[in-house]
Amino acid sequence: MSSDATAAAPQETAAGEPTKGQAPSHGHSRWLSHHFDTSEQQLYSNKLGMWIFLLTEILFFSGLFCAYAVYRRNNPQMFDDGHLFLDTRMGAINTAVLIFSSFTMALAVRFAQLSQRTALTIALGITLACGFVFLGVKYQEYSAKLEHRLLPGQTYYMECAGVWAQRWSAWLSGEELPEYPVRTREALGFHPKEHHLTEEIEKHRIQQYLNAARGPAADVHDLSQEQKQQIKNQLGLSEEELLRRANNLGSFFGIYFALTGLHALHVICGIIALTWLFVRSLLHHFGSDYFDPVECTGLYWHLVDLIWIYLFPLLYLID
Amino acid sequence: MATATRSDELSDFDRAARSGRVLNYLNHDKRIRSWVFTLDHKRVGVMFLASVVASLVLGAAFAVLVRMELMYPGLYFSRELYHRFFTLHGAVMIFLFVIPATPSAIGNFVLPLMLGAKDVAFPRLNLFSYHLYVIAAVFFVITLALGGIDTGWTFYAPYSVQTNTAVATALAGAFLLGFGSIFTGINFIVTTHTLRPKDMTWMKMPLMVWALYATSIIQVLATPVLAITLVLLVAERLLGIGVFDPAKEGDPVLYQHLFWFYSHPAVYIMILPAMGIISEVISVHSRKHIFGYTAIAWSSVAIALLGFLVWGHHMFMSSQSPLVSMIFSALTFSVAIPSAIKVFNWIATLYKGSIHLTTPMCYALIFIFLFGLGGLTGLFLGALATNVQVHDTAFVVAHFHYVMVGGALMAFIAGVHHWWPKITGKMYYEPIGRITALVIFIAFNMTYFPQFIIGAQGMPRRYADFEEQIYRPEGVPYTTVDGAEMIGDGTGIPWIREWQIISSIGGFLFVAGILTVIVYLLYSLFAGKRAPENPWGGATMEWATPSPPPYDNFEEPPTARDPYDFSNLRYDANIGGYVRYEQ
Repeated sequence: MSSDATAAAPQETAAGEPTKGQAPSHGHSRWLSHHFDTSEQQLYSNKLGMWIFLLTEILFFSGLFCAYAVYRRNNPQMFDDGHLFLDTRMGAINTAVLIFSSFTMALAVRFAQLSQRTALTIALGITLACGFVFLGVKYQEYSAKLEHRLLPGQTYYMECAGVWAQRWSAWLSGEELPEYPVRTREALGFHPKEHHLTEEIEKHRIQQYLNAARGPAADVHDLSQEQKQQIKNQLGLSEEELLRRANNLGSFFGIYFALTGLHALHVICGIIALTWLFVRSLLHHFGSDYFDPVECTGLYWHLVDLIWIYLFPLLYLID
Repeated sequence: MATATRSDELSDFDRAARSGRVLNYLNHDKRIRSWVFTLDHKRVGVMFLASVVASLVLGAAFAVLVRMELMYPGLYFSRELYHRFFTLHGAVMIFLFVIPATPSAIGNFVLPLMLGAKDVAFPRLNLFSYHLYVIAAVFFVITLALGGIDTGWTFYAPYSVQTNTAVATALAGAFLLGFGSIFTGINFIVTTHTLRPKDMTWMKMPLMVWALYATSIIQVLATPVLAITLVLLVAERLLGIGVFDPAKEGDPVLYQHLFWFYSHPAVYIMILPAMGIISEVISVHSRKHIFGYTAIAWSSVAIALLGFLVWGHHMFMSSQSPLVSMIFSALTFSVAIPSAIKVFNWIATLYKGSIHLTTPMCYALIFIFLFGLGGLTGLFLGALATNVQVHDTAFVVAHFHYVMVGGALMAFIAGVHHWWPKITGKMYYEPIGRITALVIFIAFNMTYFPQFIIGAQGMPRRYADFEEQIYRPEGVPYTTVDGAEMIGDGTGIPWIREWQIISSIGGFLFVAGILTVIVYLLYSLFAGKRAPENPWGGATMEWATPSPPPYDNFEEPPTARDPYDFSNLRYDANIGGYVRYEQ
């Protein structure tokens, strides 16, 4: 590092604005800014600044969590219905990926402090890869939602809502299930597999009604038509009620996309920061005398992870 | 930013060093990019100062248009146009002027100097927050070009979701300004924590630093909530996500809660740094140690924290439960305590002081008077029963302007005058400053006091035309707008029209006064006398460096002393300023 420092010192002065009476930077890291006296002071400042920034991030999301809480308290049924359309397995994979990436990020900070440059580069590379895996899974989830027109508010496909309501109703009455409209299928390229998936969700939905009505013993497949009709009457599920609830899914996906979209945006920002760290680690910028960016990005990455750990149960694991 | 050091191209710095000319932060490098990409907190502060004053002029122009409409409703403008005028007046003044004015412009310049530091903790972030300000201003200009916005500056849902005016661009502007404000806050908090000299303990910091610190706490804790609220509102408009839309099971009152969770603390973002300026100006210009230093310092923090607990008083009339309203009302009253502590301490500082009626001092005295009046009328609004009568009337407008214009703007002008010699190195012409202060004081009261009266009589805010404002004495004939001859039936409230006209004339005079200040300050840049190092005899560290300061702020590291001990400072007529005598 000492050879680096002497080589870089004049360069630094040239890059900065002309300063008068600036103390020569002997014995300092080449990354020490002119307005700090010591590297410790700079590290303390950077970390304090980062912690306050994370505080603002928490408050940023807290507004959204607050909206979620109010929305869910006012419309519990909407969340109950909506979460069935989320893929818990995908969400769980993403949770595991992020937690693992937090671990490799923590290792990266440690390697930077110990000046273990190869290990640092590898740890940063793994963290970066995890970020991309997370986004890849997210892409899968989002494109499935797009195909099923499970989108926020006015972009939500109302025709589908009607069909879902009819299908639920038909299932309960023992009639033949109406098909999805041809237009939807052709325009969106419905796959039989996903069609099946939707049916599974519908069955699960009815199973839930059963559980609520008469305990978990009964199985949806064993029901007679009379029993289904009876459940339908018991729960008071009129056509209008089913349609209203299917319509409400658009609002559920409003808050779903707001929460996960904003989180995904933070993951993208984290990936940009990690890429920058990765390049700098290849250039051997970090060592025991200067690891501020690694530590600060690490703090940010842990927060992004933490927010997901709250989002996952709040959206996917409602029951 | 980057200065070429190759031998064939000499920088301004090198040339000046060879010729022996004294260099300061203003003239060490004169290229435009050395300003646009500067990392120097002083230059960022100066750029902010120029920008917020430009926004002030724009906001004042809209104020003039609003007052024209209120003077003769329907004569000059259509109703739709008027709705845009008052919205843009509010949005420009709040987001582009008052919130950034004192912390970002004056605070940026003086905070590191007062701490004896070379810069703020994160100079790049500081510059970035200025760039965000400029981008946000561009968004506001786009909003104007798209025909403005008519929601009122509060953007209440669901109207802001339904209107066809340019809401999205205005929201984007406010969002970016919020982020700039957060970055300034982070910067100031870290600077205060880490860049103080070792011998300056928390209780030896100048009160301006305390005020800026408390302001930064609010900026950091409240602004993110506004940011997410605006994001949700834009998403509501563009995608219809439904959170604030009752048709989609959403809750419009939730918008009000989230909005005021930021916007009530935001009024303390506006007033707290103003109070910091007043603490400095009162003490320095009455040549007396500040009275109750500890009380003023902690009351800043108390206001910052209590300010977070009172947002519900904006929703007394919005389906809030009576119990919640009572709690918010009680908490609102509690903010009066730290505010009053400050006012009493300032008055106690003045008592038996050697008061120099300089222009900053004139504005500081105006501040105490107007802020006192504004604060006391705030209690009417915080009380549940009287609030029902004056809710959403001109009374609220008058209260808000007494606190924000009479408070924040007057303190800002006081601060600009106080630090003008340090910022520019030039003295403004003192007599014209005092005369203008007097004119502004009279014009201010002429503008806003009538609004207390008509507000209490029931004149709603934001209404241009109001049936009852036309008094029709019984039996007296009058002509309607359509030209029909009618006989008066005794309806209407007397004097509302007259008060509105008085208020408008006062408003025009007030704007003229503000423009005068801008003109004579700019004139002083060319014709003003050279400023000495310490023209007012301040004991804080920014007065211990040349005016204007060198690039690195201090030629040698300054010594931290009691910031309000003036005993060793004597006036020297030869240099026109104060000099420190060591005993």
